Amino acid sequence: MSNLFEQKLKVVNIGLESFQDALAQTGVESLQMDWKPSLPVDLESQKTIQSHKEKIEIANEKAIHCIQNAKPVLIGMGKALDVLPNMKKNMFLHAGPPITWERMCGPMKGAMMGAMIYEGYAQDAKEAEQKLASGEIEFSPCHEHSAVGPMAGVISPSMPVFIVKNTDKGNLSFSTQNEGLGKVLRYGAYSEDVIVRLKWMEEILYPTLKAAIESLKEIDLKSIIAQALHMGDEVHNRNRAGTSLLYRIIAPAVIATCENKDHMVKVLNFINGNDHFFLNLSMAACKCTMDSAMNIEGSSIVTVMARNGTDFGIKLAGTGSQWFVGPADLPDALFFPGFTKADANPDIGDSAITETGALGGMAMASAFAIVQFVGGTAADALRYTNEMYEITAAENNVYQIPSLDFKGTPTGIDVRLVIEKNILPFINTGVAHKDPGVGQVGAGVLSAPALPFQKAFNELGKKLK
Amino acid sequence: MDTLGKIIKGKYFDSVSLMRVSKRIAEQEGIEDSSIVMGTHENKAILQTANLWLPLFEGTGDNDLLVAIKGKKAAEVITNVDAFLEELRPKAQAGVSAPRPKSLSKALELMPEANLAIISIAGKYAPLEVEKALDNKLHVMLFSDNVSLDDEIRLKKIAQSKGLLLMGPDCGTAIINGTPLAFANVVNRGNIGMVAASGTGLQEVSTLISNMGGGISQAIGTGGRDVKKEVGGIMFIEGIRLLAQDPQTEVICLVSKPPHPEVMKKIAEEVKIAGKPCVAIFLGANPKEVESFGIKAATTLFGAAQMAVELTGKRVEGFEENIVEMAKEIKAKIKPEQKYIRALFSGGTFASETQLIWQEYLSDIYSNAPTGSSLKLENNLISQKHSVVDLGEDEFTVGRPHPMIDFSMRVKQIKEEANNPEVAIILLDIVLGFGSNMDPLSEVKEVIQNNNKKVCFVASVTGTEADPQMRSKVVAGLREVGVYVLASNAQASELAAIALG
Repeated sequence: MSNLFEQKLKVVNIGLESFQDALAQTGVESLQMDWKPSLPVDLESQKTIQSHKEKIEIANEKAIHCIQNAKPVLIGMGKALDVLPNMKKNMFLHAGPPITWERMCGPMKGAMMGAMIYEGYAQDAKEAEQKLASGEIEFSPCHEHSAVGPMAGVISPSMPVFIVKNTDKGNLSFSTQNEGLGKVLRYGAYSEDVIVRLKWMEEILYPTLKAAIESLKEIDLKSIIAQALHMGDEVHNRNRAGTSLLYRIIAPAVIATCENKDHMVKVLNFINGNDHFFLNLSMAACKCTMDSAMNIEGSSIVTVMARNGTDFGIKLAGTGSQWFVGPADLPDALFFPGFTKADANPDIGDSAITETGALGGMAMASAFAIVQFVGGTAADALRYTNEMYEITAAENNVYQIPSLDFKGTPTGIDVRLVIEKNILPFINTGVAHKDPGVGQVGAGVLSAPALPFQKAFNELGKKLK
Repeated sequence: MDTLGKIIKGKYFDSVSLMRVSKRIAEQEGIEDSSIVMGTHENKAILQTANLWLPLFEGTGDNDLLVAIKGKKAAEVITNVDAFLEELRPKAQAGVSAPRPKSLSKALELMPEANLAIISIAGKYAPLEVEKALDNKLHVMLFSDNVSLDDEIRLKKIAQSKGLLLMGPDCGTAIINGTPLAFANVVNRGNIGMVAASGTGLQEVSTLISNMGGGISQAIGTGGRDVKKEVGGIMFIEGIRLLAQDPQTEVICLVSKPPHPEVMKKIAEEVKIAGKPCVAIFLGANPKEVESFGIKAATTLFGAAQMAVELTGKRVEGFEENIVEMAKEIKAKIKPEQKYIRALFSGGTFASETQLIWQEYLSDIYSNAPTGSSLKLENNLISQKHSVVDLGEDEFTVGRPHPMIDFSMRVKQIKEEANNPEVAIILLDIVLGFGSNMDPLSEVKEVIQNNNKKVCFVASVTGTEADPQMRSKVVAGLREVGVYVLASNAQASELAAIALG
């Protein structure tokens, strides 16, 4: 018996708060726990996972090692058809887990229709819709081609993509160029101006950037992200610092390599005018990082969180390529003038790869400029990040949060902790209109739905058995 | 002079932090110059200009930390660089008010020396949290009920194997190191140690001991099922063992319903090993049988308190109530058609005790929780003849706080009983202390005042002067509205029975 009678009583109170009030009155040190029941999971899986604790911990350490050591660098650009693994001429990629045309949400259908017109596969929206419904285009998740796309995340064969390499493991990842805000393809808009912009991005922006990047050989994305966190970005909903840092690196190279002054000016102004230009690169950096922890047997670390506007899907390091899917929720958002929650589409986009990779909602405490999304005070932002440490396996060795005395960002979501503590990853996001063709209507935050995590936990248990 | 270098790969520090480390290095004795920078192109140039460039820095990049130290003691200081960098890491989250922990692991990070968990979450979730607490070497007071017997046994065995207390499930009261936990009273500290499988029983005996001038060393609750055959008295026996070892404890006092015979045997053995004087109130057990085990047997909670205090060598004075006189007074007030007593209790143990006392004076006793020769009420909500109603039973508490907190059900019942021409006396228990209603007078005074012409009110008040409600204040308030207030439930029950006997 540890001699309780000879110790000073120190109490953790789990439940009725009045018991703690009484302790406070009697001068006893006590701590009230904010208790919630664990998420329900299969008893068998729970037992297996409990009994394999050591094995899982070792696997997770391995996964965290891969994540911490990953070094994503931008090494070049190419056309999707040429560089994406297993890309086909009649294949359109999309955000989130696999989905059929029938179940696609409005903005994703809109983006697919826009891509049909952009590729010249259809003359107008109506024809595009017919052809898409007929099954002549194959749909596949970006994530299954080492790629990520924000919002609808549509990547069609002739779209240019960035190529990012994890120099630690050598694996590649890909993402498109960011179009800017408002009426854009990724939010489901497909009007003529959207297509014209996409064509300009393919014909002018792409070759100009490609030449500039090639002249630089590589751009260290991890270092840009680390600095951006110190400059008030959380690198998902706020990318102003990241974009600025990228601009400082790339602008001289554009000037050095671009012979057409008109193109040069337009390209630089385009990047300069789009605070989110860096988003697609931070996403690709996170993808490259998290892919390095794929297929580590027994690991309970989440490697993918992605939404297609209908479903929310996740993958674990220890369960291979399997998706665990549940319905996507509506974000809690601030809306642009003229729009309300009734216009919002459920959560959409591969951009939750940033949260999976220790950024975005995980790093909310870095981004005081956007605390309006989480309650308006700096304390709210700190609270969000602090809570995320409860469900992550490590603190990042490179990404730091100044307001937490440079503590590393919460890194590596452990599905076991999500289940046990019933705390779900916190995601920052843009909000698309639910109808095709409209575009962005706001931005906000939400917690990931529980179901995919419960399914993943159960499957991990089965696999370990 | 030596210049030594070191590379730390894959760690990023901002330049301000690194300057602080640089300063730390420069402050060390025997150091002439130093630099600690990220391996960017610009920084490398600075190192070269400063004459601190070393061949080993070739091939490093932006995310590598380069350390160069020049001086006699360079070799020694360079080994401290990791520690200097570690100093930059946060000790605590400065300036951030700690959020409430959502998990035990987080709670223990914030309070690493915690030694007790009080758990009062819904019963179906409780076992998991109990197990976590035990795994983390915390003693546990488990207030929650609706925990299965299997879980109780399993968890108590875990606790036993780790040398930890698991008080409960359904443990409402304990006093550890002088601190009242959950529903408990502020009592004197002293040399009487208690183990109780009954919450109200523990409250009544501990407050009486305190009021009689004695004191409590420790009062360990076990939950009512501990003394059943299935659980086998695991924690009851553990409790006795602890009190035996506790130098503060000179007298042991046990409170419970009659333990299962097998458990009784084990208790007796443990008491013998303890070698300390022991008094027990096993409500409803044959005192002779208990005495045969070498344990002093009381027949009431009051009696147990008195015997325990006397065993410490103190005399108990001023607790004799003039019950015969008071009974005469009551008799004079009641009409011939007023034949029955209705006891409306918030404490389950009192319901048992009262029935056992009445059974010596009265017949036709009914209860929703019958003990001894009492009969079960046909309808728990409707009193019959002499009735003892435990308002803490499920039929009254579903969707409502415990009657020690919420008096509304009792007030309603008082009105009904008072307007029944057959009812002569209403017997009440008022339980004070933490957890209970903070102002019980305001709850019952009015309904008693409005009805004290129709029926007589008899009550006991369980509590001490040090309780937040202050016993004397509550007693005075009740007496103001004509209530016969006695020191204990046993005496109050006896008074009511004699008045009608």
